[in-house]
Amino acid sequence: MAGKPASEENRHLPNSLGIRGWVWAGRYTLERYLFTLHRLTGLGLLAYITLHLIANGTRLGGEDAWTNTMEFLSNPGFRVGEYLVVAAFIFHALNGGRLILQHLGFTLGKPKPPVYPYVDSMRRRRPITLAMLAVMAALLLYVLIEIVT
Amino acid sequence: MQELTFRVQRYNPGENKEPYLQEFTIPSSQGMTVLDGLIYIKENVDNTLSFRSSCRMGICGSCGMLINNFPMLACHSPVEELKTDRIEVRSLPNFPVIRDLVPSLDPLFAKHKSIKPYIIGPDMKEVEAPTSEYSQSREELEAYVQFAYCVKCGLCMAACPSVATDSLFLGPQPLGQAYRYCADRRDIGAKERFHVADSPHGIWLCHLAGACSEACPKGVDPALAIQLLKRAMVSDSLRLRKKKKPASLAQPPATSKPKIDVPEFTVTQ
Repeated sequence: MAGKPASEENRHLPNSLGIRGWVWAGRYTLERYLFTLHRLTGLGLLAYITLHLIANGTRLGGEDAWTNTMEFLSNPGFRVGEYLVVAAFIFHALNGGRLILQHLGFTLGKPKPPVYPYVDSMRRRRPITLAMLAVMAALLLYVLIEIVT
Repeated sequence: MQELTFRVQRYNPGENKEPYLQEFTIPSSQGMTVLDGLIYIKENVDNTLSFRSSCRMGICGSCGMLINNFPMLACHSPVEELKTDRIEVRSLPNFPVIRDLVPSLDPLFAKHKSIKPYIIGPDMKEVEAPTSEYSQSREELEAYVQFAYCVKCGLCMAACPSVATDSLFLGPQPLGQAYRYCADRRDIGAKERFHVADSPHGIWLCHLAGACSEACPKGVDPALAIQLLKRAMVSDSLRLRKKKKPASLAQPPATSKPKIDVPEFTVTQ
């Protein structure tokens, strides 16, 4: 920073959480953990799309290669993986919808003079988040029943 | 008397390469805050312990620390509310550590300064040397007053996961304050602040984790301010933003009330 000798600045210990700051969340409540889950499901879906393209790409190797790939992917482990992909998609889509609305201040309400005990806008509108989670749980249950039966 | 175990981050730039935790056992007392505990340690156990504090009543914002994995003001954190007798105190994350529990808040102040945190009025001479008050309705005041309670303690910046990965990201405090001034009817400098906020390390890196508002000890709700600033910026770029007249100067009262004479007190004997 301006006005300080460089040697003094260099002695300060960098203390950024870095990528750990996404995953690590201290004693926060729901929305902070939804942020972490949103990141993880986003990365998970990205990994799935990559694997999906690679798996479909084996079709270029001929019918045998495709059949072998399909046989390999039909084991129960991948069935569970597919359910997790659907679960990640449902969460990412619904939470993304909530975030799109809230990102422009919609559903967050108006500023209020702070009166103790303070309740911020996201906590005031938590029923919206809980409703989103309830819809997600219902969809996950529906998909699970569809897979099992 | 019940005892408390304080695990306090120590770091001396001349001696240590990495910070470490030092354990202190101290007596607790009713109504004791974490700051009281640190002061006790400094006065009675180890006078080399460094931390920053001033008002002891949550006004100055000096004593921001990571207390049991949550950014808090040490003076505003009664030990009883932590519901444990083991208290871990570290320096605020996302800020360089000067020594022990003292973070360098320079990055915060530099970012805060960059968003022009002052009234940019239509007549700057009037702003610098006011001749009268500005008229402002209650609704106009409530549009920004919540965000004006910021004490610049840096807790929101320590809580923000986007600041954690991008130290150049403006962060919740400066962006929240940018909206505070943009929402003020006395101000016409919104475009200048939009320009600062609409940068690669600006407002679009906010992913709305809400941690800043949760950590804020003054109920400022920077997450709300940032989302409202986003809305204002998007509306402005789509030319949908309502143009409001800047607040006008209030007329001075036509007649001034006569001052009430100071009563003469006479002592009768």
